[in-house]
Formats: sequence, structure tokens, C-alpha cells
Amino acid sequence: MSIKEAAHAVMKKAVQVAPDKWMPGATPDPLIRQKHGLIGTPVSRLDGPQKVSGTARFAAEFPLERMVYAALNYSTIAKGRIRELHTAEAAAAPGVVLVMTHLNAPRMTRVPLFGSNAKAAGGDDLPIMQDERIHWNGEPIAVVLAESQEQADYAKSLIRVAYEAEPSVTTFEVAKASSEQGVFQGEPLLLEIGDAEAALAAAPHKVDVVYRTPRHNHNPIELHGATVAWDGDELIVHDASQCVTHTAWSLAQVFDIEEEQVHVTSPYVGGGFGSKTLWQYQVLAAAASRLAGRPVRIVLSREGVYRIVGGRTLTEQRVAIGAQADGRFDALIQTGVVGMGRHNNMPEPFMLPAKSAYKSGTFRLQVEAARMDMVGNTFMRAPGEAVGTFALESALDELAVNLGMDPIELRIRNEPDKDPTSGVPFSSRHIVEAYVAGAERFGWNQRNPKPGARREGEWLVGLGCATATYPYYRMPGGVARITLTNRGRATVSIAAHEMGMGTATTQTMVTADRLGLALQCVTVEYGDSHLPGVVLAGGSQQTASIGAAVTAAHDALITELLKLAGKESVLSGLDSEDVIGRDGYLCDIHKPDRRESYVSLMARIGREQITVEGTAPPPLEFTHWSMHSHGAMFCEARVSGVTGETRVTRFLGSFDCGRILNPKTAASQFRGGIVMGLGLALMEETQFDERKGRIMNPSLAEYHVPVQMDVPEIDLIWTDIPDPHAPMGAHGVGEIGITGVGAAVANAVYNATGTRVRDLPITLDKML
Amino acid sequence: MSVNINGLSVDLPSDARVSLLDLLRDHLDLPGTKVGCNQGACGACTVLADGERILSCLALAVQYEGRSVTTIEGLTVEGSLHRLQHAFIEHDGFQCGYCTPGQICSAIGMLREVQRGVPSLVTEDLSSRSIALTRDELRERMSGNLCRCGAYNGIVEAITEFAETSK
Repeated sequence: MSIKEAAHAVMKKAVQVAPDKWMPGATPDPLIRQKHGLIGTPVSRLDGPQKVSGTARFAAEFPLERMVYAALNYSTIAKGRIRELHTAEAAAAPGVVLVMTHLNAPRMTRVPLFGSNAKAAGGDDLPIMQDERIHWNGEPIAVVLAESQEQADYAKSLIRVAYEAEPSVTTFEVAKASSEQGVFQGEPLLLEIGDAEAALAAAPHKVDVVYRTPRHNHNPIELHGATVAWDGDELIVHDASQCVTHTAWSLAQVFDIEEEQVHVTSPYVGGGFGSKTLWQYQVLAAAASRLAGRPVRIVLSREGVYRIVGGRTLTEQRVAIGAQADGRFDALIQTGVVGMGRHNNMPEPFMLPAKSAYKSGTFRLQVEAARMDMVGNTFMRAPGEAVGTFALESALDELAVNLGMDPIELRIRNEPDKDPTSGVPFSSRHIVEAYVAGAERFGWNQRNPKPGARREGEWLVGLGCATATYPYYRMPGGVARITLTNRGRATVSIAAHEMGMGTATTQTMVTADRLGLALQCVTVEYGDSHLPGVVLAGGSQQTASIGAAVTAAHDALITELLKLAGKESVLSGLDSEDVIGRDGYLCDIHKPDRRESYVSLMARIGREQITVEGTAPPPLEFTHWSMHSHGAMFCEARVSGVTGETRVTRFLGSFDCGRILNPKTAASQFRGGIVMGLGLALMEETQFDERKGRIMNPSLAEYHVPVQMDVPEIDLIWTDIPDPHAPMGAHGVGEIGITGVGAAVANAVYNATGTRVRDLPITLDKML
Repeated sequence: MSVNINGLSVDLPSDARVSLLDLLRDHLDLPGTKVGCNQGACGACTVLADGERILSCLALAVQYEGRSVTTIEGLTVEGSLHRLQHAFIEHDGFQCGYCTPGQICSAIGMLREVQRGVPSLVTEDLSSRSIALTRDELRERMSGNLCRCGAYNGIVEAITEFAETSK
């Protein structure tokens, strides 16, 4: 263990054993008790009218004076150097303004790698177009700027390149031979409790199998793109981003300017799922714009997105469970290897679900990373959990078959009463309730445990279930500003993101309830790096991060109001925790009739507006408590006895994710995750040519995502039990939906046919 | 040479390579029509040409000389939303909103096809003059419009409600 890792472990232990009262979330958010507000009611998206009418401006839709269009050329070898580069013909083509290559690109500092600094955003830390070296098949080698997109695209085709290839590692089997211990969020992905191998060997019942999942690409429908412009030494970037502050800071490092000199805006994002971060295209557009002295619009082609934006990597996971005849686990082993780029750090942490899912006598969990010459793999919806639950929850199903036990019963029998590996208490865990309610609603008792027993015409029909799980995270950096006006209107400003999750709508509801104002009296500003806070839209943490920051700012606002209102106010003498906002008034929490309206308070103070900032406390709560979202996923699959085709005809997600803030947008998050999970289960695969290290299906025609006809009506229920230690009692719900789906489908397919598919996706060739 | 876009006559570009999609987005600053793949695989660029849904990324602008094209911007009349646009909001038929203009234009074209009795892969009686808009008919006919956020259920609800209240 390194000194850094040891220090991390000591800090973690200290937070775990500290008294509850020292922790953020020790006192439940007062909003949890408030029952008659907007929270919990279905509110339509506030940005809906803009989105349905086409008036919402996305990143590449800002027209600027003298703007030029960019096109990129990509390398066709995985490793080596550019030997010859002929650009004269392209430069002379009609409309061309600039051809930029490593020969004329400005000198730039490397992008700081994500995780290397609180605001680092880089998908890798390679030099960008600084020399003739090639690091992966698809790396950008030239940028063409022209007066129109057609001219740029044509000119790009005139560039001629010759390479000198060098030996590269593009086969997983070769890479595995020198794999290394994966490290995620400062901790080695290795956990051993007792002698799991010995316990497995001694167990009377066991499964010991290997599961494989392929590479995936996020494929948001909005292509990665940006509009960039320099104003002197100030850089303006209209980006599609889930990390505006990180991007601004990182670009400032690249161009050696101050963070404030970079302004990243991203009011609308056409889907992200982990991919809308900082990649080479923003840097190249900014560099080319500076060189040409013109604003640049860059939109990657769909192929371009596959070439330079990383996706989810492939995994090979061994899951072994040793159990007693009554189902109790003696050993839980989940170990394996994932592919990883050579210049990034994202060892797809598939072992995370197994850390908290089940009680077991012994554990052995490990993720190793095999470095390959490929585009840096990255976070994709529920990194780790999406593919980790496929393996773990399939193995549970296999063990249930082995034991002749109902798979839900097997899960309940191994339900832990505290976190099974850290030993800390759960903050809120109601997975058994979710299973019971889900089984009842789905009609689980109609399932015939014997595979292949139900046939309807050509279709074999089966039911399967699996556990969904995703952690509660809150990252440091939450800061929010609240401005209250003399007309009783409030604006919350925070550098957060709206990519379709419903964040803007939901946080407007929450703020309205917190202040006691009507929905239309509250505005939430977001998607702009000049706003306060460092709020990554990732890890399903935005809800908590914004919630904690707004709570702090709200407290500062009320304190300031009470102080400035002075002795004349009926509220004189009360502290911020003694008052509550309701119907446009601040009220004594114990005597709500003792109250004064915001308008009256502001008039008394004699100001047009008051602005305060609040900083969220350090995020210690999810170390002190084991904090997770849970779900029970139920699937009905039909497999054609003729073609082997699988159709999912029914699906139910039964969730336990704290309090649901906006049922309308939360339901869409759950369903969206499940739909992507159906893709993971049945069709999605980024095909990688192991000879050349090139992605072979870089298009929506050849990388299949679920279409309307692939998706049944998805039924949802949730416990709605608040987590007492989370802001608003809520958990983020963006990622849990994809977890467990792969296994629920695979288990249903097994129940339908008796065929156990252990390598995704479950395509029809595997069913024949 | 001109094309009618949302009721206004617009000059066609001199560069014959310009797609209808790029004419709208780059030349006319009508970015409501979206680009998701530029190869006819995702449906984000769907617009209506004389009422028929087409993929504007696969259409050269000059091919549309003299034709009438309606984009998402053209569905809103004097700032007031089309009933189908309202239905999409009400049923949360989108999340990020990027595929939404294409979904809405596609749905309008699709409903006209059903009205005309054009069969689909799942139509059981090919000789029938009237086709019922079942859930499967709708899903099959809307399968050319991808939504990566997975708002498919909401899209079905929105279109169904609109179709039923339009009878």
C-alpha cells in the first residue's frame, strides 16, 4: 500500500468511527418532514416548451460572426509515428481557412487527467497534436477549418498521410498477461475478508463461472460539439458538458491562462451518460480558432465520436459463490480483468456492488486492469455496477438453480443487517420491501422454476429477476448562491448541469419548498462555469451536491434576513433553525402565525435584493454510513424457438432510492436506465478489431441501441422512504436504472430456454 | 431556385453538396432540426416535405426546389405550441430533448401515413383500408427515431393521446 493509500485508509476509518452528530446529514433535512409542498408531486419539465419547439440552443447552435466550420482527420494505426503528412492540396481547396497539424499547432500544456485535481476533466493526459507520435487508432492528426462544413469535409479528404507503425497491444489476451491492480477513487479495487478460496472449496454448494461484457459506447443523440471563440486572451466555449467548471479550469491549464478567462456555457445537453466531458475536440477547436483568428463550430461525425470519445471498456469477471444448503453464503468471490487505455485511469470497477449486496463468511473482490493501445475508456452510466451486477446477479440465479431455491428467497436469506464489508450501518436499505412489492405486482408466483416449461406458439417464455444497486455519492465542491428580491422572487445559481435528468425542474421545486415560495417565483441558473460551485453531473451525485449547497446557502440567507430585519420584525430573536418558509412568509416553526412575508422583510431592510453564498459541508456521510440506492428488477422474456431471437415483453423496476422528488422526471430516469440496460443485455457492443485496434462499427447503423419496438411498457414502483442522512431524503436516480437489467434479462432467458448466456449481448446466435 | 421553408421562400444554396439539414441548421439558423448521425440511422433530422416525413440529412437541398418543407419551428404558430408538442411535455416524452423535434415531425408524418392506409410490418390485414393505431403499429412506425434517453413509453403516450383527441 502506498503512503497516499494508507493515509486514505486512516482517514476513512476515522470518519467511520466518529460520532454520528459530527456528520453531515446527522440531523434530517427539515424538508423530509414537510408533506404538503411541491416535492413528491409530478411537475412537467420547465424547459419543456423550449425543447419541443426547437428553440433550445445546444452547443453547436450558436451562430457567431465570421464563424468557420471544423473537420477532423483520424489516425489509422494504433501506435507509431506520422512519417509523411501532405496538406498543401487541402489548404488550397475552396473555402479552406486553416489546416492545423502537429507541425503548426500552438504549444499547449497537457490536459490534466480526470481525478488528478478536483477540477481536472481530461479523458486522458496525452499531448494533443504536439508531435508526430500516434497513441491509438483514431487519434486526431489534422484539423481543417473552412467557410462551410461541406468545404471542410471535402478538404479533409485531400490530406495524405503515411505512418510508421510500431508494435502495439490491441489484443485483450496479450494485455491481460501484464495486468495491474486497478485503483479507483484513490483506493485499490481489492478487498479480502477471510480465506474465500478455502471457504469456496469447502462449501457444499457452489457456482464458479466466468462472465464477459463487451465495450459499449454512450451514443447520446447529440453529437459531441462546441462553438468556441477567443476574445483577446478570453476563451468562450459553448459546450455540451456535464462538467462546465472542470472544463473551464482544465482548458485554462492547457492554454496557460487564468481559470476566469475561460467561460464555458452549457444550458442544454443532448444526452451525456458519462461521455460529455473534456476530450480532444474542444482543445483542438480552441487551438485552431486561436491560430485562425476566427470563431469555430466543431461537430464530430458519429464516427468521430467513436474515434476520440472513450466508452465503457470490456470486462471478464469470475464470480464464485460457496453456500450452505440453506443458501447462506460462505464465500463470495468476484475477480477479473478489464481493458484500460494506456493514458487514463478507469478500471471499470465491477466489484463495487458485491461490497455491500450480501452477507458472506468470506470475500475476495478484485479488479485488475490490462493496458491496451486504445482510446481512453471512460465512465458510462453506472460504471462498474452496470456490468458488475450482470455477473453477480446472474451467478446468484445460477446458485439458486443449483440449490433448488427461489432466487428472491436466496437473496433475502443473505440480506445483511449492516454493510457486510465495511461494518458500518446502512443509512436506508429497504430492498426486501422492494422485492416483496415487486414480486406481488409482477406476478412472480406464476413463474415455473423449471426452464423451458412455458411455450406460447413459437415463443418460449420466462421470468427473471435481479438486484439493482448504485451508491449514494456526494463530491466536494458544492457551492450555491441565492438571490432574493424585494418582490419575493429567488434565484439559485450553481454551476450544475441539465442533460435531461430533470435537475433544473426538480431543484426549482426543492428550492421553492425550502423557501416557501411558489414554483414560478423561483429560478435555477445552471450550466455556466462562471456560476459558483464545482458540481460534476456524474455518479448520480448532482441531486445531493446541489441539495447540500442550497441548504447551506438557504441557511445563510435566512440568517442574513433575520439579522437585517432587526427588532421591528415579529420574527426578531429567532435563529435560522427556528423559522420555516411557507406561502411567501417566514414563520416561527413552532407558532406559524407569527410570521412576516419576504416582501415585507425586504421592504423593512430597504434593499432591492440580498445575495448570499453557501458552501456544502465536506461529504463524509457516505463513509460514515453505507449509503446506496436499491432496486428489484423483474423481466419477462420471450425467445423464439425458431430464430433464437429474444424479445422483452414485460419489465418492472421496483426501487428503493430514498424520497422521490419529482415522480414524473424520476420515472423517466428509471425507465431510461432500464432501456439502456435492455441494450446492454440484448444488442449493444462496440466491436474492436484486435488486429488493428480500430473500432469497426462506429455508427448508429451498426452499433445497435434499443428502438421504440424493442421497448415494452416499463412498469415502475418505489418505496419512497426518505434516507434520513441525505439532503431532502433523496438519492440521485440517473444510474441505478441500468443496473441489474442485464442479469434480469439473462435470468429470464435462462428460465425461458434453459440456456445460460454468460457473455453479453444475448444475440440470437448464442441461443441456437 | 428556391424552397419554401415554414411558409417563407428561401434561396437554394449554390453548393450542390449542401444537405437540406445543413441548409436549415448552418445557412438559415434553424437549429430545431437536429443532427445525430448524418447517415439516416437515427431520425433526429426528420422534417416534413409536402407533409411527408423525410430524413433531411439524406436529402440534398437542391432536390427540394419548389417544395414546401415544415420543420419543428414551423409547427409552433405565433408562439403557441402544437397540441402534439403539449402532449410530449405532459407525458414526458423526452429527457434531453435532442431527438424530440425529429420525433414530433416524424409522428405527424406517421399519423398521415396511417390515415392513408399505408401498411407497416406489423399490419395484419394488408388489404384493409383503415388501420387501427395500436400500440404495436405506433411503436413499429416510430422505430426509425432513436431516443437514447429512453423516453419511448412517454412518446407512445403522447402520440396516442394526440391521435385520439384529433379524431
